Amino acid sequence: MSGALLEVKDVKKHFPIKRGLMSKNAGCIKAVDGVSFSVHKGETLGLVGESGCGKSTTGRLVLRLLEPTSGEVLFEDKNIYRLSFNQMRQLRRDMQIIFQDPYASLNPRLTVEDIIIEPLVIHGIGDSHSRRQRVKEMLDLVGLSSYHGSRYPHEFSGGQRQRIGIARALALNPKLIVCDEPVSALDVSIQSQVLNLLMQLQDMLKLTYIFIAHGLNVVKHVSDRVGVMYLGKIVEIADSEELYRNAMHPYSQALLSAVPVPDPEIKRERIILTGDVPSPANPPTGCRFHTRCPQCMDICRLEEPALRPVSDKYMVACHKYQ
Amino acid sequence: MSSTGSEIAVKPQGTAQRTKTRELWRRLKKDKFAVAGGIVLLTVIILGIAAPLLTSYNPYDAVLDQRLLPPGTGGHLLGTDQMGRDLLTRLFYGARISVMVGFVAVAIALFFGIIVGLFAGYYGGLVDTIFMRGIDILMAFPYVLLAIAIIAALGPGLFQAMIAIAIVGIPYYARIVRGTVLSLREKEFVEAEKALGAGNLRIIFKHILPNTMAPIIVAATLDVGWMIIAAAGLSFLGLGAQPPTAEWGVMLSEGRNFLRVAPWVSIFPGLCIFIVVLSLNLLGDGLRDALDPRLKE
Ligand SMILES: Nc1ncnc2c1ncn2[C@@H]1O[C@H](COP(=O)(O)OP(=O)(O)OP(=O)(O)O)[C@@H](O)[C@H]1O
Ligand SMILES: [Mg+2]
Repeated sequence: MSGALLEVKDVKKHFPIKRGLMSKNAGCIKAVDGVSFSVHKGETLGLVGESGCGKSTTGRLVLRLLEPTSGEVLFEDKNIYRLSFNQMRQLRRDMQIIFQDPYASLNPRLTVEDIIIEPLVIHGIGDSHSRRQRVKEMLDLVGLSSYHGSRYPHEFSGGQRQRIGIARALALNPKLIVCDEPVSALDVSIQSQVLNLLMQLQDMLKLTYIFIAHGLNVVKHVSDRVGVMYLGKIVEIADSEELYRNAMHPYSQALLSAVPVPDPEIKRERIILTGDVPSPANPPTGCRFHTRCPQCMDICRLEEPALRPVSDKYMVACHKYQ
Repeated sequence: MSSTGSEIAVKPQGTAQRTKTRELWRRLKKDKFAVAGGIVLLTVIILGIAAPLLTSYNPYDAVLDQRLLPPGTGGHLLGTDQMGRDLLTRLFYGARISVMVGFVAVAIALFFGIIVGLFAGYYGGLVDTIFMRGIDILMAFPYVLLAIAIIAALGPGLFQAMIAIAIVGIPYYARIVRGTVLSLREKEFVEAEKALGAGNLRIIFKHILPNTMAPIIVAATLDVGWMIIAAAGLSFLGLGAQPPTAEWGVMLSEGRNFLRVAPWVSIFPGLCIFIVVLSLNLLGDGLRDALDPRLKE
């Protein structure tokens, strides 16, 4: 298709539930259950939803860190699930990931320099001198100093570690970066620094982001478009400004009502969702959100609404609009 | 950037590695007990190697009219044994065998234990099931029985005893390594490696193995002592080194018949085992602390 760097088509990931030695398969967790979206060059697609709705799994499927149960992911029009190990290895130079936990995402036994050099060594880029040079450039780019290179991860704060992770992801000059809640583990004061860095880098290096977060407030500043996920599905996807102005899906409305509004003039009614998120092993029939939906209708219990366009760039999966 | 390339002195490769070793050394030096353990151990090893230079006696020359001389008499600093052999000389030569057996047995056990643990833990599934069931079977036997069974199959002797002890040790290392690997392989830095395109072997040996080393090195250092005791024990039972070999376990065993009249024949080899094992334990504890970068002050 035209202009899309990445296209995700009806991807599913079901994790088998293993109980004991004997019973081979006691059902499965439908972590991602038919997700489709596309990401254009240079844009940021935000993915939001409550814990456990399948955001990270989607991110890992996009990078083929997990094998899908079914579906396709096209990166520059190539189905990445059809690539051989070596072709996939080559493609990994173009797609990288930044993780949520800055403590677990860096090998504690390697110096910062060794961590950032790793991608260059894996892909056999440059000699030892040019690699060192590249490390210095990368450290500089993310706002660290070259003398930091000889230190170990535990000598850094969470925000600095996240910068090291960003430097590692950027070392290969990727086109797409999946940011899996890159600031949720950081202090609020540090969050905006790291977010600003990510946005500057995007401008400078023409990066495309998939930005995962569980609240809409973080995603708001960084995303061009936002997809809202619930129980392994995308329920609404739209330009972020429009979605913030006028969310259509009752679930998005509830999420949005939890975001504090800076302008006291605007009165937003706080919608409090009742009940727990149903288990992804056994999602409700019909619309997955109907058990908690304040606007539930009869049809919602019976029939699953499809994600349909309601206007040019606005898609929503809700019977209210169909 | 390219123009400055030739002017900048290129740091020799391996510098980072050397600084790490130096750092470890620096931290280890601060631990007085570990240093003491290391010095004692080193002394024992040197005494063993230099044995022929340190004494004019031969460890196997029986002098029948000088049997069971108490320490300090007749030119024998620690006395003689039931065959009239100089006890100190035999202890020197015994250090070679006893300490060597401990280290070699641990090295063999470590090698196989680490391989089994790494692959079972990393790949999981069928590989894990096959490896770990094998390990379970090995562990189901009391270790003395297992060692005795292995020696029954291979025949008694120092080398066979060493192999038997090593096999007994494999499951323990495999378990430790596998457990650590299970938690490491879920870590995001391993996933980051996959995202970068690293192969499984690179991930296993460069990223996972070094992170299992701290618990393993500590366990291994402590186990050298255990294996020295086990080897001496097998010799004591007549299953390991055979008389007249100058091995501490054999000496202990031979001396037990004369415990009343000449306790020194048993006491000194026993003391040697005790001192070596103690210094290994002190060193092991020190290493554990020094290897943990988080304990860095
Ligand atoms: N390897 C796995 N094996 C089994 N189940 C898994 C696995 N990974 C994820 N899951 C399950 O899949 C569901 C979605 O998980 P996922 O990590 O994608 O959620 P998430 O939206 O990223 O949540 P969070 O905000 O907590 O990070 C969860 O119910 C989770 O328990
Ligand atoms: Mg997640």
